[in-house]
Amino acid sequence: MSGPNAAVGERLAQDYAAGFVTDIESETLPPGLNEATVRFISGKKSEPAWLLAWRLQALARWRKMTAPQWAHVTFPPIDFDAISYYSAPKQGPKSLDEVDPELLRTYEKLGIPLHERAALAGVETPQVAVDAVFDSVSVVTTFKEKLREAGVIFCPIAEAVRECPELVQKYLGSVVPQSDNFYAALNSATFSDGSFVYVPKHTRCPMELSTYFRINAANTGQFERTLIIADEGSYVSYLEGCTAPMRDENQLHAAVVELVALDDAEIKYSTVQNWYPGDEQGRGGIYNFVTKRGACLGARSKISWTQVETGSAITWKYPSVVLRGDGSVGEFHSVALTNNRQQADTGTKMLHIGRDTKSTIVSKGISAGRSQNAYRGRVLMNPGASGARNYTQCDSLLIGDECGAHTFPHIESRTPEAIVEHEASTSKVSDEHLFLCAQRGIDAEKAVSMIVNGFCKEVFRELPMEFAVEAGKLLEVSLEGAVG
Amino acid sequence: MLRIENLHANAGDEPILRGVNLVVRPGEVHALMGPNGSGKSTLANVIAGRPGYDVTAGSVSLDGVDLLALPPEERAQQGVFMAFQYPIEIPGVSNMEFLKAALDSRNAAQGRPELSAVQFLKLARAAAERLGLGPEFGKRGVNEGFSGGEKKRNEILQMLLLEPRLALLDETDSGLDIDSLGTVAAGVNAFAGEDNAIVLVTHYARLLEHIVPDHVHVLVAGRIARSGDKSFALEIEAKGYGWLTAPA
Repeated sequence: MSGPNAAVGERLAQDYAAGFVTDIESETLPPGLNEATVRFISGKKSEPAWLLAWRLQALARWRKMTAPQWAHVTFPPIDFDAISYYSAPKQGPKSLDEVDPELLRTYEKLGIPLHERAALAGVETPQVAVDAVFDSVSVVTTFKEKLREAGVIFCPIAEAVRECPELVQKYLGSVVPQSDNFYAALNSATFSDGSFVYVPKHTRCPMELSTYFRINAANTGQFERTLIIADEGSYVSYLEGCTAPMRDENQLHAAVVELVALDDAEIKYSTVQNWYPGDEQGRGGIYNFVTKRGACLGARSKISWTQVETGSAITWKYPSVVLRGDGSVGEFHSVALTNNRQQADTGTKMLHIGRDTKSTIVSKGISAGRSQNAYRGRVLMNPGASGARNYTQCDSLLIGDECGAHTFPHIESRTPEAIVEHEASTSKVSDEHLFLCAQRGIDAEKAVSMIVNGFCKEVFRELPMEFAVEAGKLLEVSLEGAVG
Repeated sequence: MLRIENLHANAGDEPILRGVNLVVRPGEVHALMGPNGSGKSTLANVIAGRPGYDVTAGSVSLDGVDLLALPPEERAQQGVFMAFQYPIEIPGVSNMEFLKAALDSRNAAQGRPELSAVQFLKLARAAAERLGLGPEFGKRGVNEGFSGGEKKRNEILQMLLLEPRLALLDETDSGLDIDSLGTVAAGVNAFAGEDNAIVLVTHYARLLEHIVPDHVHVLVAGRIARSGDKSFALEIEAKGYGWLTAPA
C-alpha cells in the first residue's frame, strides 16, 4: 500500500493472547436444534416444568422468526443445525477443590482470580466475587459465603432456578421478552447457564461481582442468560469479561442479559468483551449477537452500562434502558474498537416512559484496518415523559483510510416537554499526527495508544479501577500492528 | 555539529533540493531565506525525516551520526527538533500528557532518569508561564482550539522543555502579531546557547530583528545561492530575491 497514509495503513498480525484451547474432557451435545435438544438441556439442569414449557414456547416462537437484516454487517447465513447447543466439562465440580485443574489453569492464564485465598491474601486488591462460565456451564462461583452474609445471592442461574424459583419466574423474560428478537428467542429456548444476582432492599453489595465467560469447545454456541435484580434502595456493580480460543470457523454467542432496578436502586454493569476477533483475513472469530436490557422499574432508579468492545468478528449489541420509574436514570458509555476485518454494529436504546427521566449516551467508535464500525441508537420520549432529557455524544476515530465509521441515530420525541441533544464528531489519526509525535521522540505504537486512550478517557473513567487498566491494555494489544 | 553535504531530495517525483551544503556549529543561529518553492521548508523536513520526501543523494549528520539512516523518532531523540509551520491538533491528548510522553521518550533514549510527575509539572508550568500560556493550557488537548499565536508558542514551549541540540524553526514567525512575535522570540533567545544551534526558516527579515542570526543563507531552486551575515538579510529585504540566481 502507498499513499499519504501508508505508515498508518501498514499492519501486521494481531496478537490475541487468549487464543489457546483447553484440552478438557467434556460432554457435548451433537449439533442440531429441536424440541429434544431443549428437553435435554432442561433435563440436564433438572428444571421445573414451568421453565421447560417456557423454553419450548420460545423455541416455537423462534421457528417463526427470521434473523434481523438491518444491521450494518455482512456474513453468510448461519446454519443453526450445525451448532451444538450444550457443552460442559465432564467433571462436574461441587467446590473449588473439585474443579478440574486444567480448567483452573485456563482461568489462571486468563488472569482471573478464582482462588478466594489468593484474593483474600492480597490486602490491597479489592475483593471481587467471580462466577466463571466455561462453554455451557458455570464452573465455580467464589465468595458465596461472604455475599450470603450480606443477603446477596450470586450464583449460576441454574442454581437460582432451584433455590429462588419465585424470583426467577417473576423476572425471567420480563425485560427481554422471548419474542423480542430472533437471537433472544433462540437464547430463551436454549440458554444453558449464566449468572443470577439478587441484592436485597437497602443493601450495598459489599464487593464487585464478576462473571468471566469462556467459549472453549469447537462448533459450540454459547447462550448464557444473566439476570440481575436490585431491590429497593440497593446498589450493585457487576463486571463481565469474555474470551475464546482462536479457531478458523465462526462461533455464535447469543446471550441475554436482563437487569431490573426497583425504587432508588442502582445497577452498574461493565463489560470488557474480548472474544476472538478472527484473523487478519477475517477467518474465524465469534459472532456476538447479544441482547442486553435494563428496566428502571422503580422511581429514581439508575442503570448504567459501560462497555469496552474489542473482540468478536461481528458485534451486534445494544445495551438499553427502559426508563419506567419517574426520575430514573439510564447511562450508556461505550468504546468499540474494530481492527482488521471486524464488524461492529453497536449502540443503545433509551426509552423514556416516566417523568423527569434522564439518559446519557457516550459512544466512542475506533476503526482500524479494514473494519466497519457503526453506532446505532434509539432515543424515544414517550408522551408521558414530561421533563425527560437525553444527551447523546457520538465520536468516531479512524485509523488509516480503509476502515469505515457509521452513525445511525434514531430520535423520536412524542412529547414537547422533553429535551434531546445529539452531538457527533469524526476524527482521524493521520500520518501527520504520527509524524508530529515522532518528531517529539514518540514512536507510532505509543502515539496511537496515547491518542486512542485520550479519545476513550471519558468512558474509561466509568469503569471500576482494575477494569480500566485492563481495558487500556486491551486496546493497546488489539491495535498492535494497526500502524507500520 | 550539523553537516549537510550535497543533499538532493525529491517530493514525490519532483526534485526540490539540488545539492545543499551547510555546516552549523554549536552556538550558532542560521537564517534560511528564499523565495516560495526554493526548498527552505523541504530542507527542514528532510532533516527531521518527514515521510513523503526521498533523499536521492548526499548526507546529513548531527554530531557525526548519520541522521538519514534513522527513523524520525530516533532523530528527535538524537536532539533534532522541528517547530512546525502549521502545528496540528491532537484532540483528546492533553498538552501535559503529550509533553511528558515526549520528555520521557527523550530521557529513556539518552539514558537519563525519568522525571517524576511533580518535577515535570513544575518544569512545564514554569516554561508555559514564560510564554504566556495560562494554567488551563496543560489540560487542553494538544493545539485543540488554539489561536495561531498559541500554537506557535506551544511549539516553542516544547522546544524549551526538550532542550534539543538542533532546533529547526519552520516559519515560526508566520501568522504572529507583534506581541506574540516578541514572546516567541524571547523564548528562542532564552533557549539559544553554546551547546545548541538554531536554523530559522523565514520569509521576512522582521524576525531577524528579534533573533539575531550569525549567518544568513538564501536558497534558490534547491541550492544555497549566497550566504552572508545579518546585514545580508537587510539587503534582501530591500532588493528582493530576483537578483540572486542558483549557482551553476
